[in-house]
Amino acid sequence: MPDSLHEKTAAELGECLAQGEASAVEIADAFVARATAVDEKVHAFLHRDDEDFLAQAKRSDERRANGQSRGALDGVPVALKDVISMKGQPLTAASRILENYVSPYDATAVVKLKEAGALVWGRLNLDEFAMGSSTENSAFGATHNPWDLSRVPGGSSGGSAAAVAARQAPLTLGSDTGGSIRQPASLCGVVGMKPTYGMVSRYGLAAFASSLDQIGPFSQTVEDTAILLGAISGHDPLDSTSYPTEVPDYRKGLTENQGPWKLGLPKEFFGEGIDDEVRRLVDEAIAFYQAEGHELVEVSLPQTELAVPVYYVIATAEASSNLARYDGIRYTHRSERAENAIDVYSKSRGEGFGEEVKRRCILGAYGLSSGYYDAYYLRAQKTRTLIRKDFEAAFEQVDAILTPTSPTAAFKQGERSDDPISMYLSDVFTISVNLAGIPGISVPCGFTKDGLPVGLQVIGQAFKESEMLAVAHAYDKTHQFGRRYPEL
Amino acid sequence: MSEIQYEAVIGLEVHVQAETRSKMFTRVARGFGEPPNTLTDPVVLGLPGALPVMNLEAIEKSIKVGLLLGCEIARVCKWDRKNYFYPDMPKNYQISQYDQPICLGGEVEIELEGETRAVMGPHRKVKLTRIHLEEDVGKLTHYENDSLVDYNRAGSPLLEIVSEPDLFSPDEVFAYLTSLRNSLVYAGISDCDMEKGQMRCDANVSVRPVGQKELGTKVELKNLNTISGVRNGVEYEIQRQTSVLREGGSLTQETRRWNPDQRYTTAMRSKEMAHDYRYFPDPDLMPVKIDDAWIERIREEIPEMPFDKQRRFIEQYGLPYSSTSPLCPDKELCDFFEATVARCKDPKKAANWIVNDLLRELSSAGDEEGPMPLGNAKMTPAHVAELVNLVEEGSISSNIAKEIFPETFATGKMPAQIVDEKGLKQTSDTGELETICSQVITDQPKAVEEFKGGKENAINALKGQVMKATRGQANPKLVDEILRELLSQ
Amino acid sequence: MKEPQTMDVEYAANLARIDLTVEEKKKFNGQLGDILQYFEKLKAVDVEGVEPMAHAFPRHNVWDEDESRAGFSAEEALSNAPAKRKDQVVVPKVIEE
Ligand SMILES: [Mg+2]
Ligand SMILES: [Zn+2]
Repeated sequence: MPDSLHEKTAAELGECLAQGEASAVEIADAFVARATAVDEKVHAFLHRDDEDFLAQAKRSDERRANGQSRGALDGVPVALKDVISMKGQPLTAASRILENYVSPYDATAVVKLKEAGALVWGRLNLDEFAMGSSTENSAFGATHNPWDLSRVPGGSSGGSAAAVAARQAPLTLGSDTGGSIRQPASLCGVVGMKPTYGMVSRYGLAAFASSLDQIGPFSQTVEDTAILLGAISGHDPLDSTSYPTEVPDYRKGLTENQGPWKLGLPKEFFGEGIDDEVRRLVDEAIAFYQAEGHELVEVSLPQTELAVPVYYVIATAEASSNLARYDGIRYTHRSERAENAIDVYSKSRGEGFGEEVKRRCILGAYGLSSGYYDAYYLRAQKTRTLIRKDFEAAFEQVDAILTPTSPTAAFKQGERSDDPISMYLSDVFTISVNLAGIPGISVPCGFTKDGLPVGLQVIGQAFKESEMLAVAHAYDKTHQFGRRYPEL
Repeated sequence: MSEIQYEAVIGLEVHVQAETRSKMFTRVARGFGEPPNTLTDPVVLGLPGALPVMNLEAIEKSIKVGLLLGCEIARVCKWDRKNYFYPDMPKNYQISQYDQPICLGGEVEIELEGETRAVMGPHRKVKLTRIHLEEDVGKLTHYENDSLVDYNRAGSPLLEIVSEPDLFSPDEVFAYLTSLRNSLVYAGISDCDMEKGQMRCDANVSVRPVGQKELGTKVELKNLNTISGVRNGVEYEIQRQTSVLREGGSLTQETRRWNPDQRYTTAMRSKEMAHDYRYFPDPDLMPVKIDDAWIERIREEIPEMPFDKQRRFIEQYGLPYSSTSPLCPDKELCDFFEATVARCKDPKKAANWIVNDLLRELSSAGDEEGPMPLGNAKMTPAHVAELVNLVEEGSISSNIAKEIFPETFATGKMPAQIVDEKGLKQTSDTGELETICSQVITDQPKAVEEFKGGKENAINALKGQVMKATRGQANPKLVDEILRELLSQ
Repeated sequence: MKEPQTMDVEYAANLARIDLTVEEKKKFNGQLGDILQYFEKLKAVDVEGVEPMAHAFPRHNVWDEDESRAGFSAEEALSNAPAKRKDQVVVPKVIEE
């Protein structure tokens, strides 16, 4: 075999396993070795249970030997952002307040992965409670961008993106509330996708903003994302917001659906504030579609400017309530200075939460507080309706929308740490997708002259992941920028 | 100058646990008396990633309560989060209903004490504001230096029934809670056992000069753990407030705790600490839509309410109020009564047997937990009906019937069988009775003389001897006739 | 010039039950003010008659039948508790407000 196992895509690993060219144990060993070799530099993982990983691999090999293989993912590693519960494994959300927490149950996505035979392994770094765009807000140290270790990997799922970029896992899961999968995918040069709200169960995902959160895949290729998405999607009776709809065969859909498509270019997304090189690379990708015979149409999403403030009002309000449970009473960090029960709350939370989490919980509590609810939360919810209507109108004209994923390539660590608003603006192109509830994917579309990856965002219609993936795949199958990876 | 007269105005907030198999937002079992923290799962404990899913049965029970109390049922209701921190609340927010509760308005019919226990008292309808559904919290036990938390109760479905400030005395409060409890138990919503925390009550109490329209300063009373406790606490608080005002003092809006042992209230929280609950719609849950067909289906399941049944029993069966008042609060007993009446001819007698003898036997067969449940008794409506019929037919005397009741109750044997086995059938054989009566007249010359001398009562002594000689089986009416006949000769 | 937006950081931090250091208070006062200033954009939007969007894809009546499943043992329930006794969570003395 020319490539090492850790360089392969999930599809290739599945093929190797099917052909008997590699065993699941060999694959697991290869990734343990790779992570051991490079994670000191990247710091994608917060925790790895290699023993459990190898035990799962052994069971996978036994199944295969008994003719009971469970399909394309049986024996393929999938690593998890450290906000997705897996029974017996830690879940810290990169926060001191959960430093010693071990989950006593599996998230639905994990149950589904185990049913598919995937080797579910490792806890990946993030911005504390998924609040951030750089993975610098981790209580356990920042993750570094594998393409330039002095730069951020994006966030909040920076560990999930960096792990794929550094070939420490072929597939990972992240969570996306305002771009937390797509933006780090773009900054790390991998594919990252946020499904339609309700496609993937949130049961077991430590909530940040309940009406926006979705779990989604990272991979080297759109094809791998289609495989992983198929495994984790579907209605879950344990999540009341999970949508009862059929899960199509996404992998098949990649080639069945060839267009020609009408692709929308929202004029509000191509204005000022975009880095020139990002602009150039995205334009080239757009030109490719045109050359392939697809029609490009200018569309308008007039409320785009409001997406960031709407998002921060809604997300912080929901977060202030969702994070109230981290209080030092029932699990993990309790302040030693607490003298009575009321003290336990403010002291444990004061000690246990990092600065950004505190900032957002306080902002969220304020936005819901007596006298401010109508002006902030309610008004934001109404404006959210207008943002969704913008997309509905656009999708009357086009099949999918193309935009840059992030206005810039990876920025330097520390560069935006003390300016929350500039950090919030890194998500300006991804946030409105969460607000509208629709799916979006970031596909690598080249490198800046400094060698930093750039992503193209494809936005699809609600519950039409299959079509969106086909559009993304049309570009990805011929360019394969996600298959490149940096020297480490 | 005459002293100002004050009147009390009281509103009640009653929390009732709906009896369901599983909790409000997760399917782990709901219950009481289980080992600590075993009725828990990720949702109950508010673990990272846990999500709520509604319990259909709890919603149906809420609609049922709304219908039986005459509320308007919301066509759409939704779930809100009430945010506050407390160690008994796992998520530090309670899923509740804020501006779109499941039931609006409604009323609770109450009965106040009558002139005597034998007379029906005046009835009145107390207005309700709303009823909403929410989740219960866990249970804290306080020790000297710390507290322990058991989350078994957390997440149980809880109905909050809020009255208007439409109660005006401790007795009305007592009547309201009694009536509400009876209705909810009737409809199978809850056992409403306050000792087990299945029903809990907070009272808002204020006083104002008679004639004043605006309400006085409101005090919220907590820790009212029994229905009598609510009455006592409210009574104390009315007196306290009245004397503060009489002495020229002023009242603060506050929460006070009732101390049932020392029988006084103490301040808990002041107004400055008023909570800012930051209610907002729970993004994890979808709203409930309720259509006419659903409401009508539930309406059909609603049983006749206790006061309606009482009025009907009085009218249809001619029962005296004194029989209906122990009968009607207990639906099972009422069903037992009606099943008995279906098999016998005398509803009044049947009611007497049930409210006197049957209740007495149940209570002496009980234990410290209370009387034996009717369902556990071997006695059935057929037994009581047979007893009534045997007396009615003249087969046994009512004394014999009284005598065999405990045995029927204890063994479940039919009364006729006991009568047969023991040869207790009433003697109506005139020849035999004439012989016995003649003998008694011969044996009791003193009583005969007294009777003949005009002392009417003296005949009872003779009757008693006849009954004794027949071991109680003589037909008393017949004995009376024969004795008079013989004595007149 | 717009009025600088202010926020009662102490009040909101108390609602959120988060102790702040003196430096944090100072820093947040400025930053949260800027963020509120940024939120001012929302006030200019005409939302007259617009339905608030509480869910991305609203549905109704998402529920379960009332059937019970087995839950945690006390040991599992308390596996992450910082302090426990008698199968219960220990909390420092609860002082009623
Ligand atoms: Mg209340
Ligand atoms: Zn309540």
